[in-house]
Amino acid sequence: MTSDEKKSLQLTAVRVREGILTSTHGAKAGHPGGSLSAADMFTYLYFREMRVDPENPRWDDRDRFVLSKGHTAPGLYAALACRGYFPVDELPRLRHIGSFLQGHPNMNTVPGVDMSTGSLGQGLSAAAGMAKGAKFLKKDINVYSLLGDGELAEGQIWEATMFAAHYKLDNLCIIADINGLQIDGRTCDVMNTEPVDAKFEAFGCSVVKINGHDFDEIESAFEKFHANKGSGKPTAILMKTTKGKGVSYMEDKAAWHGKAPNDEEYATGMKELAAARAALEV
Amino acid sequence: MAEIKKVATRDSYGNALKELGASAANLVVLDADLAGATKTAVFQKAFPERHFDCGIAEANMINVAAGLSTMGLVPFAATFAMFAAGRAYEQVRNTVGYPHLNVKIGATHGGISVGEDGASHQCCEDFALMRTIPGMTVMCPADDVEARKMVKAAYEMTGPVYMRFGRAATPVFHAEDYDFQIGRGEVLQDGTDVAIIANGIMVPEAIEAGRALSEAGISARVINMATIKPLDGELVLKAARECGRIVTVEEHSVIGGLGEAVCSVLAENCPVPVKRIGVNDEFGHSGPAGELLKAFGLCADNIAAQAKALLGR
Repeated sequence: MTSDEKKSLQLTAVRVREGILTSTHGAKAGHPGGSLSAADMFTYLYFREMRVDPENPRWDDRDRFVLSKGHTAPGLYAALACRGYFPVDELPRLRHIGSFLQGHPNMNTVPGVDMSTGSLGQGLSAAAGMAKGAKFLKKDINVYSLLGDGELAEGQIWEATMFAAHYKLDNLCIIADINGLQIDGRTCDVMNTEPVDAKFEAFGCSVVKINGHDFDEIESAFEKFHANKGSGKPTAILMKTTKGKGVSYMEDKAAWHGKAPNDEEYATGMKELAAARAALEV
Repeated sequence: MAEIKKVATRDSYGNALKELGASAANLVVLDADLAGATKTAVFQKAFPERHFDCGIAEANMINVAAGLSTMGLVPFAATFAMFAAGRAYEQVRNTVGYPHLNVKIGATHGGISVGEDGASHQCCEDFALMRTIPGMTVMCPADDVEARKMVKAAYEMTGPVYMRFGRAATPVFHAEDYDFQIGRGEVLQDGTDVAIIANGIMVPEAIEAGRALSEAGISARVINMATIKPLDGELVLKAARECGRIVTVEEHSVIGGLGEAVCSVLAENCPVPVKRIGVNDEFGHSGPAGELLKAFGLCADNIAAQAKALLGR
């Protein structure tokens, strides 16, 4: 990608991060930490990678995205709003009674959401079903599913991965957000899921390891996913990230897994993001 | 008298899938390493490219079915009732029920008539579990004819469906021109003293009990209630008003199944004395299906005896 394209993505990622803060602040609840760690990935998926049409969210031949780590809905919603699926002004209504922005993704209320998720471990299986369906229908549709590293402790993730490899779903791109933290603390202390790469390789995936905050690396990972078509192997992109990325007081803190910023914290965070934008616009 | 034809409704399931598959190109079938037992192997043989074995991973299978349904396919997922409704309950609840996806769950080996395998495989809780999921249609056919028509009706409707089929061969009593409709009960014998409301393989037993009661001078209405949810409340209330006493019979726990569904309708609209016959808050055990059903009181003799007791005779 050109430097202008990269800058454009970086600026969009700032808007997505602002959306995450605005929505969780408005909700007085929600999960900013894991939303922020995946903000660059949400941005890249919806602004460069996936074939989608915000004007026609249910377009049959679109690529699909399943947020298996459904609690990071604020990140997905912010990306969808920035992409034009619904007004950004709706974000502060997250989790409010009567809002279509449910605490976890609801495919029947939120335009652009392809699968209802929230109960960890289940999204990847649904994504595998979509990928299998696309193959069966002989359609060139890619399916992407984002998992959390804490979520990898769910046995069903490995059932789904085994299924994907068995049915040669090379149109399935598994993305694991390795931010190293979960609710109860460091993933290595709560339930060690490492070595993640060896596990996905053993389960029959083609593994790509990247820095999840570097758009050049994200781009090259998806190039490998596309080059991998025809191999019969699903791709697993393992992205090292920082939980809470972009908001200094949230970075690498498990406490910000599922807590909303108060007014003061919100103002501080928005100021930091404004500074990040200003630095990019120089 | 001619020999009564007996067919296990799991065979009906496999045969119906195969028959439907010929015209329904978007119908796909999933199984979890039990295709021989659930009889989806019958479909698999005819349409191997539309049968996806998921291995022994029922939770994954249910969610794969959810994903397939969003691509415009109509998946029928098969495994034993214990694993479909039990093991994968939360997958059914959150990824099929909550998004109201067009997934059909065909669960075989329901109830204690599973027989020799014993309690671990005798699911007597599936109606209860599935009934609690908003928007879920829950059904259990009484014989081969009804089972085949039910599978077709499930395919033709949009939305999640749970169907329970049996392992044991049971009498076929419906004629081929039987008009099955989801959500509608069927009066098999009219009567005014007591109504017996049954489903699944308990229906032939209820019919036999109805005959025995008639011979004893008791006018028993016999109703086949194949759809547990949405329940045909009107038919239940009509029976309550006209008969005044109700006996429910199911191869399921007395907790949460057909009996309690009937009681809920009655309690709020027309309270009448009810006797629920089912498995009484206990686990099953190993044994031949026929002997087990008798041991648990799931037989015509006990139905007739309970109806008499309810009438004080």
